[in-house]
Amino acid sequence: MVTTETQLAVERLLARYVASLDEDRLEEWPDHFTEKCRYQIISSENHRQGLPIGVFFADSRDMLRDRVMALRQVNVYEPQGYRHLVSSTLVSDEGGGIVAAQSNYMVVRTMHDGTATLFSTGRYLDRITFQTGQTGEPLFLEKLVLYDGSRIDTLLAIPL
Amino acid sequence: MRNSLALTWPKEGLTRVPYALYGREDVYAEERASIFRGPSWSYLCLEVELPNPGDYRATFVGDIPVIVARDMDGSLNAFENRCAHRGALLCFKRGGHGREISCVYHNWTYDLRGNLIGVAFERGIDRKGGMPPDFKREDHALRRLRVENFAGLVFGTFSPDAPTLADYLGEAIAARIRRVLCKPVAVLGYSSQMLPNNWKIYVENNRDSYHASLLHTFFTTFRVNRLSQEGGIIVDDSGGHHVSYSKRATDKASREYDSAKLRASRDDYRLADPSLLDGRDEFGDGITLQILTVFPTFVLQQVQNSLAVRQVVPRGVGQTELFWTHLGFTDDDAAMRAIRLKQSNLVGPGGYISLEDGAVGGFIQRALPASGDESSIVTMGGADARSQDTRATETAVRGFWKAYRGMMGV
Repeated sequence: MVTTETQLAVERLLARYVASLDEDRLEEWPDHFTEKCRYQIISSENHRQGLPIGVFFADSRDMLRDRVMALRQVNVYEPQGYRHLVSSTLVSDEGGGIVAAQSNYMVVRTMHDGTATLFSTGRYLDRITFQTGQTGEPLFLEKLVLYDGSRIDTLLAIPL
Repeated sequence: MRNSLALTWPKEGLTRVPYALYGREDVYAEERASIFRGPSWSYLCLEVELPNPGDYRATFVGDIPVIVARDMDGSLNAFENRCAHRGALLCFKRGGHGREISCVYHNWTYDLRGNLIGVAFERGIDRKGGMPPDFKREDHALRRLRVENFAGLVFGTFSPDAPTLADYLGEAIAARIRRVLCKPVAVLGYSSQMLPNNWKIYVENNRDSYHASLLHTFFTTFRVNRLSQEGGIIVDDSGGHHVSYSKRATDKASREYDSAKLRASRDDYRLADPSLLDGRDEFGDGITLQILTVFPTFVLQQVQNSLAVRQVVPRGVGQTELFWTHLGFTDDDAAMRAIRLKQSNLVGPGGYISLEDGAVGGFIQRALPASGDESSIVTMGGADARSQDTRATETAVRGFWKAYRGMMGV
């Protein structure tokens, strides 16, 4: 069990995290992570089988910044946006100012022509630190995006 | 013309490809009959995915569902994933393990070679009902494929007329497969991607070295692959298979990249974490990129230290599923696994250099209504389909159509 304050702080972090993606403020997305961090998008089936490779992996905040730079400046894809719905967040205390959180997510992707599809559902498995110094806001040490199924429609550009 | 397709190939030959091929149902049906059931070899799975006797997996040849199994004697077999009785899928999961495979519908049971070994209530109940006296199980085996294993890649063909797999691949292609699959592999991950386009658009894209450094800006910006690097294209005699390779360390200053106004050519970006591109020359020949295709639907990929096989499965005229299987070697050390994990970011459905291929096929498919009876232009680097020491060419695309026309009779 964690305190209501901790639960709320985790949910607020998740809300700010998805807002940075959904509102096209991608440059703020890496700010929710610690400098050394771990972020991965991988199918829940690969994860269950202990297979290490998924769709995207980063072990530093700079790698996340590089993803944003590539999406903004380098890669080519049709204009599109996400809407994340995050729910059922369970938080547990790991001690040392670190909590583990697991949530369900759902992402609707809307293309520039108006086509909206259910793009991805799955779970977030997060480890979050409250020992963050400057802003006092909690940060992700680790965020594992376990998507259901194995299929991705067309391409995955924006992170989940 | 061997088949009944009403299709006239343009008089220019391999340098023209009719757009009708990407949108017509009758073409799609003919491909199933003449290519996927014809004298081609299709990738089924990796040998390492069937380690033990009794292991089996569901896979596809074209869009035809197939089971590939390791029999109790260790041999590899493949047969249609379709019950001989009422035509239901036998294996409706990724795979399984056992001495036999039963249909859930009426419990007809097959061994791992596809022989029918059990029919529920074959003699009826209390001597009533049951199969007629002339019913013979041996008349109802599942349709089998010939199966061969090359360097741990399991291929199958429906056709008794296909050459041996080694002859089908030819020496040059076989050597480049062995170059990568030189020791025991380990599967490091799976993913799949639904492409909104005809399957041929994707397999042409693999053979199209012209587009690589133009569409895939990441390639060029971070000098992972430029046409100004040493490299070339190998096209086998059939035309259907190819290898494109390059050496990243050999990039020389190129007026074409520097002065031309290429969207792809930007030098003002730097990776904040350049460890993404740190790798090893693990094959000892300086080749940092090798894309290899086998007609019709197989790809073996080395992008730096990211190794993968890709299986292309048609899902109707305008849809294709692309299955990615990421590989390493069983003797990788931890540092090598870390390199492969990072460099997997280059490929797959969200990869820095493969992401655009998910989109560009759909751009062609969506523009088909405008194409009428027109053809695309494939004249870069000449009119034939031979190996070349430049990648500013569409020779391997023409090669694909050479093999395709041969099998389709068009």
